[in-house]
Amino acid sequence: MSLAACHDAPQINVRQERGQREVFCGLTGIVWLHRKIQDAFFLVVGSRTCAHLIQSAAGVMIFAEPRFATAIIDERDLAGLADIDDELDRVVTRLIERRPEIKLLFLVGSCPSEVIKLDLSRAAQRLSQRMTPAVRVLAYSGSGIETTFTQGEDACLAALVPPSPRAGADAPPSLLVVGALADAVEDQFRRYFADMGIERVDFLPARHAADMPAIGPNTRFLLAQPFLADTARALEALGARHLPAAFPLGAEGTQLWLAAAAKAFGVHDALFENAISSARSRARASLARHRARLEGKRIFFFPDSQLEAPIARFLARECGMELVEIGMPYLHRRHLAEELALLPAGVPIVEGQDVERQLDRCRESAPDLVVCGLGLANPLEAEGFATKWSIELVFTPVQGFEQAADLAELFARPLMRRELLEV
Amino acid sequence: MQLTVWTYEGPPHVGAMRICAAMKNVHYVLHAPQGDTYADLLFTMIERRDTRPPVTYTTFQARDLGGDTAELFKNAARDAYERFKPEALVVGSSCTAELIQDDPGGLTAALNLPIPVIPLELPAYQRKENWGAAETFYRIVRTMAGPHARAPGVLRERGARARCNILGPATLGFRHRDDLTEVLSLLAALDVDVNVVAPLGATPSDLARLGDADFNVVLYPEIANQAAIWLQRAFGQKSTRHIPIGVRGVRAFIAEVAELAGVGIPVMLESRARLPWYSRSVDSTYLTGKRVFVFGDATHAIAAARVASAELGLKVVGLGTYSREFARELREAAALYDVEPLISDDYLDVEVAIAAAAPELVLGTQMERHIAKRLRVPCAVISAPVHVQDFPARYSPQMGFEGANVLFDTFVHPLMMGLEEHLIGMFRGDFEFRDGVAPSHLGHAAPSETETVAVVEAEGAQVAWTLDAEKELRKIPFFVRGKARRNTEKFAIERGNTRIDVEMLYEAKAHFGR
Repeated sequence: MSLAACHDAPQINVRQERGQREVFCGLTGIVWLHRKIQDAFFLVVGSRTCAHLIQSAAGVMIFAEPRFATAIIDERDLAGLADIDDELDRVVTRLIERRPEIKLLFLVGSCPSEVIKLDLSRAAQRLSQRMTPAVRVLAYSGSGIETTFTQGEDACLAALVPPSPRAGADAPPSLLVVGALADAVEDQFRRYFADMGIERVDFLPARHAADMPAIGPNTRFLLAQPFLADTARALEALGARHLPAAFPLGAEGTQLWLAAAAKAFGVHDALFENAISSARSRARASLARHRARLEGKRIFFFPDSQLEAPIARFLARECGMELVEIGMPYLHRRHLAEELALLPAGVPIVEGQDVERQLDRCRESAPDLVVCGLGLANPLEAEGFATKWSIELVFTPVQGFEQAADLAELFARPLMRRELLEV
Repeated sequence: MQLTVWTYEGPPHVGAMRICAAMKNVHYVLHAPQGDTYADLLFTMIERRDTRPPVTYTTFQARDLGGDTAELFKNAARDAYERFKPEALVVGSSCTAELIQDDPGGLTAALNLPIPVIPLELPAYQRKENWGAAETFYRIVRTMAGPHARAPGVLRERGARARCNILGPATLGFRHRDDLTEVLSLLAALDVDVNVVAPLGATPSDLARLGDADFNVVLYPEIANQAAIWLQRAFGQKSTRHIPIGVRGVRAFIAEVAELAGVGIPVMLESRARLPWYSRSVDSTYLTGKRVFVFGDATHAIAAARVASAELGLKVVGLGTYSREFARELREAAALYDVEPLISDDYLDVEVAIAAAAPELVLGTQMERHIAKRLRVPCAVISAPVHVQDFPARYSPQMGFEGANVLFDTFVHPLMMGLEEHLIGMFRGDFEFRDGVAPSHLGHAAPSETETVAVVEAEGAQVAWTLDAEKELRKIPFFVRGKARRNTEKFAIERGNTRIDVEMLYEAKAHFGR
């Protein structure tokens, strides 16, 4: 297991680590995406392991009627005894009969489907032709050999881009916000943009399959999430332009993110200030409460959601926390450039993972709070560490001014709880 | 290819993890991509365990596939041995690694580790979790106890006190922790010593001592049968066949143990059994003939049906299991209740069967809770797979006499209480007794007001209901209304009628009335 050090910018200290990774695969994204796009269904083409993963990761089987399922590959499929196309047709037919309200079906590739080289894009095209116009079928891969956790959302959104409507070169400039956000957060952002006078604002993904936004050379897009590399590339391929920005986590991040749009759309400073000032003061005031508890506390990040860098920036700069180590599954230098520049100098960033060594370092450094995945949280608590499960960061509305205090509270609560308990 | 909304069992390597995580000083090196590490949370979150399962995953990625995944495996196995220093190392592949065919057993053998290495072949596209657990347990037992096997016909010399092993309790099992406590106390009361409990809490060296017992108590055949069959061959140990669930199950189990151990049965053993009196007390009269659908692993489903029927007086209207390995046992049990056995791991089939049987209570797994919620039928969980809340903090066994007490409460709790049911039946017009009202003690679990399509779907347009009859039908409690509607329609069609009025409704009620 190699451990290479490299110093590419004076203030950033990035190390690559290889070994056992303790992260979900991209299939996990289905858990929130199937709620976000209300008429979409996600059909994983994979093994029983995939089916088991999604139902287990889904907050322990909460939905009685989920809009996801798995087409489990069996030995007949592998041995070539069954025609995969026929099998997929049969499964999809049964599925759509059961859920006739479905307008958009994703065939989601998995580790086994990738290894046996199932061409799901071709299958999606064929099924789409068969079921048009009632159902559109798209394909993407959420396989764990290619994607980690939140990258599944990236792959899904990237698949939505090519078939989306086109906006021509003469279309008026429009703003596109990319990345699944809670509906309430979306609505707040819409209001700020409206107050700034930015008229045409779309969100990807839209809440319904038929409402996916038009994209063209006059589209400017903001990434709402830091894990959308492929989606950004697909948008740029259609001429859309990325507005580099810090991510909308915390009051500072939200302001910087909104400001990037304001600048691109020529919004005057006064108008911008007017649009955000009251929300920003609310955010700052409510953050103060949590800052008291978090200030000076040391925090250690295991790699998981890919939100580690912006959250670390928020916790360090707005809550006064001390960053011990920031683990991330991978580092997208371009999309994270604004974030990395805001991090305190010399913060150790570890890209990749060797979970055993990282646990050694974590124990050694004895942080006050550990951010980690669900597999590690209880064992670390049992060892005496306070933990915050990182999956909550993707399932909870945390972006924007109004949620800044909620985000801080997610980290304050484990500490508060320890003070409360007397057993 | 099988369309799967929910899966009752995980893949076979999760079964292997359940055995390794139950044991001590065993480590499992699993050739698997990173996503497969989700399995850790089954143990740490759902079962709330305070340690990580003893598993090292190789977490290979796409870029490794062109390179040397075999080398990756060897390094992972070597590192795991050095870091964890286990007494035995279990190695194998998950579904994806099975496709790349790296031979973990051979690769680990080449490392010449100074401990037993147990390679697992778990065909992931063919088998499932419980099979994987049984196979893994058998392989570890055989590896550790095999060198001590006796020559054919040579039995252990019996000691002054009878001695047995307890086989089957594992991690992620339904109430295994508490069942074990209950069974240990039964055995103690019978003056039977326990040699080894496995896999839960056993080390590989404990397994090497399995032969030093007169017989085996098999608590969960899904997990322990295969090992028990081998132990019978290697050491001539007989195994118990009765599962101590329900009062009659416990009695049969005690009789069987007493015979195998050559001991008498103390008279006070049943003093804690409250189920018989609770069931005979008059409040329980309302349970009589209530329709119950039972689904789960074979052991728990068969036992729950037996308890529901003979110990609570309910009527079993459906019985099924997802354990295909135990199809024969389930068919035999279904024949007792004159119901069609349902042997399926297809959630959608189970949903259809439950809707068709129109039960008043469902006893099932976490998945049947979803189905029951949709159909607005009360439900209790009696089998894995389960939710985090089915690993309760309190003592809550299924086995033993205390287990029978727990079952009484579990089955009865979701139902309307006796008098409450009457009041709702009589004063249907009371504004507080609106349709779909939940039992008063389950205030927060009120089902939604919308009728489920599956239950009320009329049989085509063959018959029409008059407005009055339709209104009268609404006065029948919602949980039997679907059944009443279908019975009435069937009754009408059989008599060549196409119109159902109030008269016809009551004719049908008299005809089908219980």
